[in-house]
Amino acid sequence: MTAATDPPGQRRKGVTISRKLLPYLLSMPALLVCIGILIPFFTAVWYSLQHYRLSQPWNRGMNWGENYLNFLTDADFWNTLQISLLYAGLTVVLELILGLGIALLLQKRTRMNNLISIMLLMPLMTAPALAALMFKLMTNSNFGILNYFAQVLGFENMRWASSPDTALLTVILVDIWVYTPFIMILLLAGLRSLPTQPFEAAALDGVPRIQQFWRITLPMLMPYVLTAALFRLLDSIQQFDIIYAMTQGGPGDNLMVFQVEAYLNFFQSTNVGRSAALLIILWAITFVLSNIFIKNWLRLRERTRPEG
Amino acid sequence: MYEKEKGLVEAYRRGGMNRRTLVKSLGALGMSASTAAILVNASATKALAADFDWKQHSGKSVKLLLNQHPYTDAMIANLDNFKELTGMEVTYDVFPEDVYFDKVTAALSSGSSEYDAFMTGAYMTWTYGPAGWVEDLNEWITDASKTNPSYNWEDMIEGVRKSCAWNGQPGGALGSDDAKQWCIPWGYEQNNLAYNTAMMEKAGIDVPTNLDELIEAAAKAQAGNDGIYGIGVRGSRSWATIHPGFLSGYANFGEVDLTMSDDGKLAAAMNSAGSKDFHAKWVKMIQDSGAPDWSTHTWYQVGTDLGAGKSAMIYDADILGYFMNGGDNAMAGQLAYAPFAANPDASAPTPNIWIWSLAMSKFSRDKDAAWHFLQWASGPEHGLFGATQMDFVNPVRESVWADAGFRDRLSSTYPGYVDMHDVSAPGASIKFTAQPLFFDLTTEWAASMQKMVAGEVPVDEGLDQLADSVNSQLKEAGLG
Repeated sequence: MTAATDPPGQRRKGVTISRKLLPYLLSMPALLVCIGILIPFFTAVWYSLQHYRLSQPWNRGMNWGENYLNFLTDADFWNTLQISLLYAGLTVVLELILGLGIALLLQKRTRMNNLISIMLLMPLMTAPALAALMFKLMTNSNFGILNYFAQVLGFENMRWASSPDTALLTVILVDIWVYTPFIMILLLAGLRSLPTQPFEAAALDGVPRIQQFWRITLPMLMPYVLTAALFRLLDSIQQFDIIYAMTQGGPGDNLMVFQVEAYLNFFQSTNVGRSAALLIILWAITFVLSNIFIKNWLRLRERTRPEG
Repeated sequence: MYEKEKGLVEAYRRGGMNRRTLVKSLGALGMSASTAAILVNASATKALAADFDWKQHSGKSVKLLLNQHPYTDAMIANLDNFKELTGMEVTYDVFPEDVYFDKVTAALSSGSSEYDAFMTGAYMTWTYGPAGWVEDLNEWITDASKTNPSYNWEDMIEGVRKSCAWNGQPGGALGSDDAKQWCIPWGYEQNNLAYNTAMMEKAGIDVPTNLDELIEAAAKAQAGNDGIYGIGVRGSRSWATIHPGFLSGYANFGEVDLTMSDDGKLAAAMNSAGSKDFHAKWVKMIQDSGAPDWSTHTWYQVGTDLGAGKSAMIYDADILGYFMNGGDNAMAGQLAYAPFAANPDASAPTPNIWIWSLAMSKFSRDKDAAWHFLQWASGPEHGLFGATQMDFVNPVRESVWADAGFRDRLSSTYPGYVDMHDVSAPGASIKFTAQPLFFDLTTEWAASMQKMVAGEVPVDEGLDQLADSVNSQLKEAGLG
């Protein structure tokens, strides 16, 4: 029977059911994606509430919050938290300063500036682990070119990632090399999209360039700055590849950030419970930070939106 | 094959002449050494087939998970003989060492039946065994219907063989009567001295024979040669920093990692007076004459620095020195080897060992077929082929070490290597206490050492802190 020959009441009923189902059908793909994300997440939460070591299957069992409670008195955990936050904070701030500086230098649309901005993106296309290995060679005490320059500058016994004094600096250097172009390109796009009228008015009034930067450019650019900072912060606090490839978290525990600690706990110690608990804590930190950033970003966006 | 060659090979198979004489005789008949060796190996394969039904799994296939290594290369080079002998198919995945054990852990912990057998280290089986991921191979080794009569299990060097067997009890002695054979030794590494003869000569130093002499010699070698450091040892934040030279020397003084009480509880022993003394010397040696970037040094940097002429000596895996003395290494042909007993009162070296081994996955779908491969790959014929034709060094079988051709080859190109092995082999075994927290505790030991070398913590204090942490982890796991 075709729709055209259906009695009117029946046809209306079918249409009503279809309309009722439609929203659910439309949201089905999103629901499926959600399930794909939530199952591993809740599996990790489940594991984090257990005493679960692969090497001691007979000892597996729920210990509920014990893994988390243990962190309170675990000096290694607090060290990991401190290093992770320090690493994330320093890399984001330094990369923002450098990225903004480069973006300002390249703001004017010229052929040369466009070419330079494309070339500066090259580090971003390098796998971070590869960049770390490259820097490991460049800082080698026997033949590393960076080590050579350090010697020329009078740093005779620079030990780079091998020394607790300079290990953090060295991995931050690699992070900056890889990710500053990311910030630069975001801020450059922001700078080039700013309206010209406020700058023209300021120029007519004879406002110095430095004042223009602090009073006009930076406030208007702030949503872009926050977006770039948010992306980098989320990534930096979850840093793994650069640190693992360079020092495996050493020397000592100097670079034992969350991901490295969790990785070693799982793959080396086969301590699934502790590893999962560490990653859930990392997730919570990331979640809180993103919320703060997004709220600020929305507030700024509202403030900088033209009246209308 | 011509009649004369056939006759010679037949005579060899009957035991009428030894391998070296056979290869020489074939050479006299115009056959190249490599062709002769392959011919001999093929004949050995045929001889294998005489007393055992190698074809019982013909048509089946096994899949291997392998680490990128010269031992793997040697096996692959000889694999056609296995296929011909058994009628079986062998497939394999090879991964670089950096990611290899992650791949093994992922495959086994997920219960995957993809791989029937895989390469492993003996230490790893302290995790895999109790977790129920690998088979106890005693079941096959002792079954005459499944193992060929010429396999000769007892031919494996005793300390090496026993180091691959553990009863699963924390602190249980390796190789005890109730031990399970979690893996089969394939190739192994002792830890001794490899040194650059030219650098030692230039600095006017004799080969050191104990730890105090080593510390002194390393400092002199560094001072007497431009742009090098005295002694190469591992330093990365990994359990692998502890197991080579460090633990070999440590054990030579009678020091242990853990002690076990009468009620079977384990406790840290790293902060004993003897241990503190040893650590203090070791730390000073690295501070004075170690690599400037010691804390990032893995086996790779230790080896390549020796091969590149950046270090005068290494106290590490002997095969690092072996490989650095050949190929296109800058120092090829300039290295020599010596057994090393760190304790001046010790009668012989007691090297801790790393054993590349073969294990069978519990999740293998055809374990008997997998055992066919394992017994061939760890058998005397393949061992001899690998040792004489490839770089399958160090072999784990006494019979291979007794082979005159192998000894001559080593002695002519690797001065002191055979003597080093012979002197050290009786004392060579795993010196760690077998227990499931091995990787946690030993990695923490390495991290502590890094702090001591960096001067972040004094040796005494660092070891007390380490012992406290180890004891607390042992207690938490119900082992202490």
